[in-house]
Amino acid sequence: MDPIIEALYAIPILGLVFQLGGYLVATVPAISPLILQSATPLALGALCGVICERSGVVNIGIEGTMLASAFTGWVVGVALAPVLPGDPGFLFGITPALFVAIIAALGVALLISLVHAWLSISIRADQIISGTIINIAAFGVTGYLNTLIARGSPTSAGNFVPLRPPRELLDLPVVGWLIDGFFSQGPIAMSVLFIVIVLQVLLFRSRWGLRTRAVGEHPKAAETVGINVIRLRYRNVLIGGLFAGLGGAYLSMEATNSFQAGMTVGRGFIALAAMIIGRWTPVGAFLAALLFASSGAIGQAIVISAPGGTLGDVMTAIPAQVYNALPYLVTIVVLAGVVGRSIPPAADGQPYQREATT
Amino acid sequence: MSGSITGSPAGGSSAFLRRTWTVVALPILSIVLALVVGTILILASELLIPNRAFNPLLPLEAYRSLFVGAFGGFDAIVATLVFTAPLLLAGLAVGIGFRAGMFNIGALGQFLLGALAACWVALMLNGAPAIVAVPAAILAGAVGGAVWGFIPGFLKAQSGAHEVVTTIMLNYVGIYVLAAVVSGPLKAPGSPNPITQNIDAAALPILLGRNGHVGILVAFAAAAVIAWLLYRTTLGFEIRTVGANPDAARYAGMRPKLLLIFTMSVSGLLAGLAGAGQVLGVNHQLNAAYSTTVGFDGIAVALLGRSNPIGIVFASLLFGSMRAGAGLMQIEAQIPPELVDVLQATILLFLVASPVLQRIFRLRSAKGMVDSATLTRTYGGGTEVAAR
Repeated sequence: MDPIIEALYAIPILGLVFQLGGYLVATVPAISPLILQSATPLALGALCGVICERSGVVNIGIEGTMLASAFTGWVVGVALAPVLPGDPGFLFGITPALFVAIIAALGVALLISLVHAWLSISIRADQIISGTIINIAAFGVTGYLNTLIARGSPTSAGNFVPLRPPRELLDLPVVGWLIDGFFSQGPIAMSVLFIVIVLQVLLFRSRWGLRTRAVGEHPKAAETVGINVIRLRYRNVLIGGLFAGLGGAYLSMEATNSFQAGMTVGRGFIALAAMIIGRWTPVGAFLAALLFASSGAIGQAIVISAPGGTLGDVMTAIPAQVYNALPYLVTIVVLAGVVGRSIPPAADGQPYQREATT
Repeated sequence: MSGSITGSPAGGSSAFLRRTWTVVALPILSIVLALVVGTILILASELLIPNRAFNPLLPLEAYRSLFVGAFGGFDAIVATLVFTAPLLLAGLAVGIGFRAGMFNIGALGQFLLGALAACWVALMLNGAPAIVAVPAAILAGAVGGAVWGFIPGFLKAQSGAHEVVTTIMLNYVGIYVLAAVVSGPLKAPGSPNPITQNIDAAALPILLGRNGHVGILVAFAAAAVIAWLLYRTTLGFEIRTVGANPDAARYAGMRPKLLLIFTMSVSGLLAGLAGAGQVLGVNHQLNAAYSTTVGFDGIAVALLGRSNPIGIVFASLLFGSMRAGAGLMQIEAQIPPELVDVLQATILLFLVASPVLQRIFRLRSAKGMVDSATLTRTYGGGTEVAAR
C-alpha cells in the first residue's frame, strides 16, 4: 500500500471515512437498480405531496391513496386476466388486463383525491383529519376485501417486467452502472425520472407552475389577479393523486404481482419526509427519495457482505434498524432547522375562503 | 330552529335535554350513517365471494354478532373493557393535544416507547415483589411516552417544526427503536426469534374475568384526572386558552411555548401509559414487529368524543366494543375484522362533513365542538386560520 494512504489510515476517523467511501464506491453501483426500485414509490408519493402542498393543500393521505391503488391494480388485474387474455407484450410484459388494471388503479386514486379535495377545499375541513380518514378507510376497505378475495386463492395477472438493456451497455466503464440503474427497470420506475424533470420544469417555468406557487404562498393575492384558487387547488390535488396512485400500482403491479394487507408499510409517510427534505421541489424530493432508498439498501447490503476491517466492525455493530430510521431522523433534524432549514409554502394547510361578493 | 325533523328531543321542555341533544346528535347520526355504509359494503362484498348464496340478512347477522361479542355476557364485557383501555388513553392523549391546538399523530410512537420502557423495567425487576415491580414498570411506561411527546413539543416551541410532521417521523423512529432493542439487549437468551422474555413480576393484577387487568382502572382514572386538569385548574384553563387563541393567551400573560411543551408531554405520557398497560396487562412480552393501530384509533376516538374527556370515554367504549366484537363477527358471520376500521373511518368522514349533514338533517351546531378551524394551525409557520 502507498505509504501516504497508510499514514492516513492511521488517523482513526479519517481512515473510517476513506473505508466508507471505498465501500460505497464498490457497493452502490452493484445495488443501483435496487435503489431506484425502492425509491420509485417514495418519489411518486413525494411528487403527490409537492403538487398538493405547493398549492396549499396538505395531503397526509398519500399512504392510504397508494394502498388503495395497489389493491385496485392488483384486484382488477386478477379479475380481468381470464376475461382479457393476451400474451405479455414484448415491451415490459404489458397485457391487456394489466393495462386496464393500471387505469383502474389511477382511477381509484383520482376518486380518493376528489374526496380529499372536497373535504379540505370545499368543506374547509381540517386537512390532517381528512388525510387520516383516507388512511384508515383505505387500510380498512383493502384489508376487508383482500381477506374475502384471498379465500378464493386468486391467480395473479402477472406484472410489468423490467427492460433488459444489452449487456454491452451495462459493461461500459464509468457510466455502465448508471445505465443499469435507470434502464434495468419496469415502466413505472423508468418513467419516474422523466416525470420528475417535467414537473420541475413545469413548476418553475410554466404558467401553471407560477399560479400553483402563488396560490400556495398567498391565495388572496392570487385571487385578486384573477386566478381561481379553488379550481386550481382541486386540479392540483387530483393531479397529485395520480402520482400517488402510480406509486401504489408500482408496489402491486411492478415490484411484485401480489397484494398484502397494509403493503405500503409507511412509504406514504416517508414520501412526506422526502418532500420536506427536498424542499417542496420535484428534483429535490426525488434526490431525497434516492437517498432514503440508499440508506435502506446499504443497510441490507451490510448484512449480505459487510466491509472488512474496522469499518466492517463498526457498521455491523450498528443495528440494521438504524439505517431504516435514518430518513426519519434526518427529517426531524432538518425541520428543527439544525442544518439546512426547510420552509413550507406560506399558505400550506390553510383552507381558503373567497371574500363575500355582493 | 323550530319545526326541525330530528332537532328536538321528546318532551323538549327541559333545557338540559335539549343541550345534551345538540351535543350528541351529530355523533349519533354519524354512527347510524356509518352502520348504513357498512351494510352496503357487506351486501356488495357478498357478490364478490363465489360459491355462496346471497344472504340479504348478512349485515344484520354481522352486527348482531358484533354486538354479542362485545356485550353478550360477562367475558364479552371484560373483553370490551380490555380493548377500551388503550383506546381511552390514546383518545385522551390526542384530545388534550387538540385542546391546546396541537395535532398529535404520534400516539403510536409514544405508545411503543411506553411499552418498551415498561417492558424493559419489568424485565430488570424480574424476581422483585409485584408491589415494587408493577408501579415501577407503569411509571417507566409513562416516562417513556412523555419523553417521546416532549420532543415534538420542544421542537415546535424552539423552532416551529410542525408537530404533525415530527410526530409522524417519531412514530417510525419509535418502531425501529423498539425493533432494535427487542432484537438486541432485550432479546430472550436462547430464543431464535427477536422476542423478549415473559415479564413475570410486573404482570398487572387481574381484577375481572380472564384478563380484566388493573390497567382498565388506570385508564378511567386518567380520564377523570384529565377532566379535572382541563376544567378545574388554572393550568387547564391556560391550555384551553392557548388552543382557542394563542395570541390572546400571550397577551394575558400566559406562556404558550411552555404550555405546548407541557401538553405534548402529558399527551405522550397518556399514550405511553396505554403502551405500558398493553404490554404489562395483555401481551406480557414484546416482539420486534410489535405494532398497533391505537395511534390512529386515538385520533378517531378524540374526534368522536369532541376532545372532551367524558365524550372520549363513550367514544372509546364504542370503538373498544367494536374491536372486541370483531372476533365473534369473523367466526359467526365470516366478516373480516377490518370492517371495524371501515366503520371508524366512515364515522369520522360524516363528522368531518358535518356542515353538509347539518344542512341535510337540519341539526343545530353545538357549542364547544372541536371546530375544524381550531385544529390546523398552519402546517408550516405562516399566519393563523381565521375562525369560521
